[in-house]
Amino acid sequence: MTALTRRDLLRGVALVGVGSAAGAAAVHAHGDDTVWQIDPELCGQCGRCATHCVHPESAVKAVHVHALCGHCDLCTAFFEPDSKLDTGAENQLCPTGAIRRRFIEDPYFSYEIDEQLCIGCAKCVKGCAMFGNGSMFLQIRHDRCNNCNACSIADACPAHAIRRVPASTPYLLKSAH
Amino acid sequence: MRRSLLPAVCLSWLLAGVAWGDERVPPPEFESGYRMPETTVPSPRAFALEMLDIGALFLALTLATWLVLKKRSRTGVAWLGVASLAYFGFYREGCVCPVGATQNVVLALFDSSYAVPIGVVAFFVLPLAFALFAGRSFCSGVCPLGAIQDVVLLRPVALPDWLERALRVLAYVYLGLAVYFAALGAAFVICRYDPFVGFFRLTGGYDMLVLGGCLLAIGAFVGRPYCRFLCPYGVLLDLTGRLSRWRVTVTPASCVQCRLCEESCPYGAINVPSPLRPAPERARAGRRLVVLFLLLPVIVGLFAFLFHLAGRPLSRVHPTVDLAICATAERGLSDKEASDEVQAWRRTGETLPDLVARGEVLQASFLRGGWWLGGWVGLVVALLLIGLATLPVRTDYEADRGRCLSCARCFEYCPTEHERRKALREEAP
Repeated sequence: MTALTRRDLLRGVALVGVGSAAGAAAVHAHGDDTVWQIDPELCGQCGRCATHCVHPESAVKAVHVHALCGHCDLCTAFFEPDSKLDTGAENQLCPTGAIRRRFIEDPYFSYEIDEQLCIGCAKCVKGCAMFGNGSMFLQIRHDRCNNCNACSIADACPAHAIRRVPASTPYLLKSAH
Repeated sequence: MRRSLLPAVCLSWLLAGVAWGDERVPPPEFESGYRMPETTVPSPRAFALEMLDIGALFLALTLATWLVLKKRSRTGVAWLGVASLAYFGFYREGCVCPVGATQNVVLALFDSSYAVPIGVVAFFVLPLAFALFAGRSFCSGVCPLGAIQDVVLLRPVALPDWLERALRVLAYVYLGLAVYFAALGAAFVICRYDPFVGFFRLTGGYDMLVLGGCLLAIGAFVGRPYCRFLCPYGVLLDLTGRLSRWRVTVTPASCVQCRLCEESCPYGAINVPSPLRPAPERARAGRRLVVLFLLLPVIVGLFAFLFHLAGRPLSRVHPTVDLAICATAERGLSDKEASDEVQAWRRTGETLPDLVARGEVLQASFLRGGWWLGGWVGLVVALLLIGLATLPVRTDYEADRGRCLSCARCFEYCPTEHERRKALREEAP
């Protein structure tokens, strides 16, 4: 048997130190992971989501909860203000033409977002919140998000609308009452 | 018609007072049997895969330790490094890593409302636990940040001892700052200024790519500059590595003082035998040490005070403090002219005095924390001076327990090692 050296003692102390630090940190921990998400109630539609993601194509996209949508003919999320009501590109609010407008039945239209084209600029979200039901809003899409330890959009968000949520409830969707 | 309905709805909404969001236009009941599409919700990365990452980390650490301490194989460690670079670096895109996980653990310790994921705690603890027993095997074969610098190393130059020691202080200061900002909930600076994550993601901010590119360019000549002089987690690994149970030794048996390994370490981690010094020089060094030990509290106090003063400007890193300052400055501006931050804050309805009060509470904790941060920096500077003034007593060439990155390069230079390998080859049938 070898004698206990000073290094052995210090190692024991360090082990206890590291262990208790981790333990104390883990007191409030949960087995669940956390992911980043935008609180649509706080979002101010500033447009930074489109440009501040670490990915060239932002992980933030506009989503549409159709059950909340008024299905209006004059949709302020779709048309430029004071534009003619035809679907020409110059009349559309969306810079990439990512919103598909389709006639359902008189006088209702559906508006679907093509996620491939959406850049997360929140122009439609702003339009929808201004006069509509707020059925379009931004969400972080978790199939695109890297879940960086420090979300660079969250750092840039002026409204502090992006927070960590449990991975088991990864979306903050608005719901119909 | 809906079209003509809208202005009326808007008017009634304006008259009724603003109700945010919901159902100004009641969603219709469809008669044509139209079914509304569901909002898709793609799920995040599966929890099991996160566990797999921890398993991969554990496996890589075990493998690295075995390759360095038992197998003594540079080739093995180098390939493991490349594999880790591919998996933890390019595939997992550098997140989460133990270096950044330090901040999550610190935040969890100081902010009880923050729940740190267990996986992140595991990433923080595992390499430190390994370092306590087997040295910095994490740095050699597991860390993607280390591996990317290791592969660009071209022609290492040795730095003078004083410069090497002085630059190392930067890492201690960086660790102090990272803990300071994480504890106060201001920012995760390690992640924000991660120089290589842009390469792992194959995209990134211009400034970060330039910084990373510069570090890699320097890294062609000065081995692993980030690991040695900046990495905050490296400081923790250095401190725990010094206590390690088993260690990297240049020679597998005994040192024959052949000096062949002297310049083998690209990271300046091999301590050379100290020359015998004349008695007057030793006496002078002794006196210098006494003076420095007496000065230690003064240096610590001075830095503590300086960083206490710096607490005020540093507090602007915290978004709330910055918002309070901006909101005060933009008091007279209309909503249109105000910055996005102030506009967003005005929508919350909080009054300016309330916000300023919140900012001041935070600022006070930055000033208080400044004493601790400065104390830490002062202690590190004082110990640097003491280290420079100490005359080492060493008889063999040995890898420094704390600074050795376990890269296994020096083994090849040792003649005793070659004898061992020869014996192994002869043993094998």
